[in-house]
Amino acid sequence: MNTAALAAPTKRDYSLIGRDSRLAVESGLAAAQWYHTDIPRKQMKELMKRSDGPAMRDTAIWLGSMVILAGLGVYFWGTWLCVPFFLAYGVLYGSASDSRWHECGHGTAFKTRWMNDVVYQIACFMIMRNPVTWRWSHTRHHTDTVIVGRDPEIAVMRPPDLLRVVLNFFGILDVWHASGDLVRNTLGNVSAEEKTFIPEQEQPRVVQIARIWAAIYAVTIALSIHTGSIMPLVLIGLPRLYGAWHHVLTGLLQHGGLADNVTDHRLNSRTVLMNPVSRFIYWNMNYHVEHHMFPMVPYHALPQLHAMIKHDLPAANPSILHGYREMLPAFLRQLRNEDYFIKRELPPTAKPYREEFHNEPVATAAE
Amino acid sequence: MSNWIEACTFDDIDEEDVMRFDHAGRTFAIYRSPDDEFFATDGLCTHEHIHLADGLVMDEIIECPKHNGRFNYKTGEAKGAPVCVNLKTYPVKVEAGKVLIQLG
Repeated sequence: MNTAALAAPTKRDYSLIGRDSRLAVESGLAAAQWYHTDIPRKQMKELMKRSDGPAMRDTAIWLGSMVILAGLGVYFWGTWLCVPFFLAYGVLYGSASDSRWHECGHGTAFKTRWMNDVVYQIACFMIMRNPVTWRWSHTRHHTDTVIVGRDPEIAVMRPPDLLRVVLNFFGILDVWHASGDLVRNTLGNVSAEEKTFIPEQEQPRVVQIARIWAAIYAVTIALSIHTGSIMPLVLIGLPRLYGAWHHVLTGLLQHGGLADNVTDHRLNSRTVLMNPVSRFIYWNMNYHVEHHMFPMVPYHALPQLHAMIKHDLPAANPSILHGYREMLPAFLRQLRNEDYFIKRELPPTAKPYREEFHNEPVATAAE
Repeated sequence: MSNWIEACTFDDIDEEDVMRFDHAGRTFAIYRSPDDEFFATDGLCTHEHIHLADGLVMDEIIECPKHNGRFNYKTGEAKGAPVCVNLKTYPVKVEAGKVLIQLG
């Protein structure tokens, strides 16, 4: 692979109402035209076609497994035997909800709209993301993927805060911030940054949902106090902490260590081949370049899409471990030079990167 | 005064599909419904400037390819987040196998 770095570091302003936000608009990086691989219309229509079957099956497995695992955890409560059941339950609650929130937010998981909406609401609650706020933030993420000052969902900003990354494997900072947002929204406050991407007519719903969730958490906490047991919270709320690790493990690979401020998802997103269990939990979001290029393709068609366009993409990382071996050294180098990033090589069959749009003034180095 | 412009032929669009049509510096989307009726709207999503002709037609809905904003292409009605502004529609007629759109 080739790597590239600027000679002198520059400071990035990730605020959505700050300097780089303004610069992105002025330079045309905001809401830009992005590269996408050419696919004949007939094939694209086939790929985009919706169906309920795969998501109904996966949702039944997902929620059914949670009920069984929670039941076994409760049954063995008070003994060490409950631990593995709750650990598995936690991953389905605190990690699988991330991909369900995501896919149903796109409206592509199910053909039937209300099914998308129901699973979306459930998953949002589990992952502690306000369904209104995050629908709009994710819209912006797709418009301005990893554009500094525009994308509200950049997981690892530069220079990387590695302590934050580690803490988030246990959901600590995410839950801290989500709790703060919940309280603030419950009190009727929608922040200035939230207002940059949530239309005015949608903002009251942010508050409404926050109040419903606050009531659910209040009841759960009251139940814990009343029963003198932490069990209600182990079932509702805490799994967002102890089960978060898998969604962070897979999610960091989406864009970690890659370029920012470019308009080609091949430069700022990563596809990683994963084991079937992780792919179930992650709902095929390991095909992340493909997802960003064609967000209307349902998760269950992404392997097919990958096979169709891989000639035009950098080679997929063959495993999670391989992805981390690529990404972590980049994080470490970004600590010294935040402009460093991994520039992944395209196969000879691919259309080249549009250097006129991505002409970083770089000193290119091979690693 | 009506101004009918030829956009395409009957066979240019598959059933339950959409096609882009550019005219006089403007872009439109021409739809063929599952019932073989034709409709026309502005070609760009009202949320962001994305060509709807790259999107997915399902019954009477066109879904934007970028953010899945949904419109009823027969009425132009925005069907919910992330689209809030309706789509402009145009009269369409089919004559001698040609699809005509009325502009102006």
